[in-house]
Amino acid sequence: MATVLDAGEIGRALKRIAHEIIEHNHGLENVVLLGIPTRGAFLSERIGKFLSEIQSPVPVGTLDITLHRDDLRLRPPRPLLPTLIPIGGIEGKDVVLVDDVLYSGRTIRAALDALGEIGRPKTVQLAVLVDRGHRELPIRADYVGKNIPTSASESVRVHLTEIDSEDSVEILGGDSK
Amino acid sequence: MNRHLLSINDLSPQDALGILNTASELSKISDGPMKKLPTLRGRTVVNLFFEDSTRTRISFESAAKRLSADVINFSAKGSSVSKGESLKDTAQTLQAMGADAVVIRHGASGAAQRLADSGWISASVINAGDGTHEHPTQALLDAYTIRSKFPQYQDSFAGLKVGIVGDILHSRVARSNVLLLTKLGAKVSLVAPPTLIPVGVTDWNVEVSYDLDEVVKKVDVLMMLRVQSERMKDSFFPSEREYSRGYGLDLARLNALQEHAIVMHPGPMNRGLEISAESADSHRSVVLAQVANGVLVRMAVLYQLLGGAALTGEVSA
Repeated sequence: MATVLDAGEIGRALKRIAHEIIEHNHGLENVVLLGIPTRGAFLSERIGKFLSEIQSPVPVGTLDITLHRDDLRLRPPRPLLPTLIPIGGIEGKDVVLVDDVLYSGRTIRAALDALGEIGRPKTVQLAVLVDRGHRELPIRADYVGKNIPTSASESVRVHLTEIDSEDSVEILGGDSK
Repeated sequence: MNRHLLSINDLSPQDALGILNTASELSKISDGPMKKLPTLRGRTVVNLFFEDSTRTRISFESAAKRLSADVINFSAKGSSVSKGESLKDTAQTLQAMGADAVVIRHGASGAAQRLADSGWISASVINAGDGTHEHPTQALLDAYTIRSKFPQYQDSFAGLKVGIVGDILHSRVARSNVLLLTKLGAKVSLVAPPTLIPVGVTDWNVEVSYDLDEVVKKVDVLMMLRVQSERMKDSFFPSEREYSRGYGLDLARLNALQEHAIVMHPGPMNRGLEISAESADSHRSVVLAQVANGVLVRMAVLYQLLGGAALTGEVSA
């Protein structure tokens, strides 16, 4: 087990992502953050807080993708998590999806489908705390907290104080060296 | 949770709350223009109805279609279907067609259980009413409706007082509701003429009363049941007029309800018999909300039964 990001680094990464979102979108007038539950939702709130400190508040919501997953039949049924679309909706907005770990890309594919049910954003961007590689779909992130090369046998655990005891990112398992 | 939904007894309180929570999330998604969810694409749901039904069948059909399942409606009306061999033949036909779930309504109590236990089919069986036994999805949608009207009872119905009035003896709705409401902690009073109270009621963990005027004053929820003339082979009360006087919800009783109390009815209503027109149409009546919630709750049930892989895993609420 190795800790790859500690609390301070997570905070700085999210703050940098906030700056990049402002830079990339030339302001925040049209930006909406949508976090993917569970941890993506907390991260989107934190980024939203940074954005309001740096420039101005933006609408922050959550988007549950469970019903759009393509691996539903491979696992037992899972409970649905909250979807909360901010007032003003996503029609014509620059939507930034926020998730904790980008891996196969299947969660984001499902999120794009789920978004399509709700409306037609002007652009959809992706912010992740960790990009660990091993994509199975042509999907990439616009904002990355940290690129962490991993092997497929390892697993990446993101802990956030909102539901865990601390802020940290760890790599578990893998081939013993 | 079980692979089938045959009885409320199949559900733990956590399972039941899990279904209600899933329905709540689905209601938020379906706010605004409701589009289809791809969740059950490629799955087949068969509505196998041996008894008449409007809202239950349409509700299940609508729920399955919103989750992108294929729906086959099988109505046995008019055919000389009897229990046993014929049910077996029908079941084997459905198996050959590759049904993933069978929603069954049958006039014989225990028909859904028979289908599930028979080994004739591998599909999940959902009981949509079997004789005078149970109608679990109706109880779930009623609990959902109660929860949406009383925000203080989200995770438990402890403290909630419910009166169930009318033809308890023949009512599968009453049976399922008693099981679910007491499971969630509500205090249930049954009100009916002595002839329409089932013999085994002492085991039900409910209060029995023969005086509707007393009960209306203290309940939060008043659930009126349909007088099921089609199941009555004897006379259980002297006349409809007398039944209506003693156990019907008229304007005076409606006005005697507490300020916040709601009136429910599983439908179809016999207006003028168990419920007067002014009660059925009053602002306390949540009859139409019950119908609308039925689709959400049945979507949640289909999702929990079919939405995953081999149904051995526990469903966490």
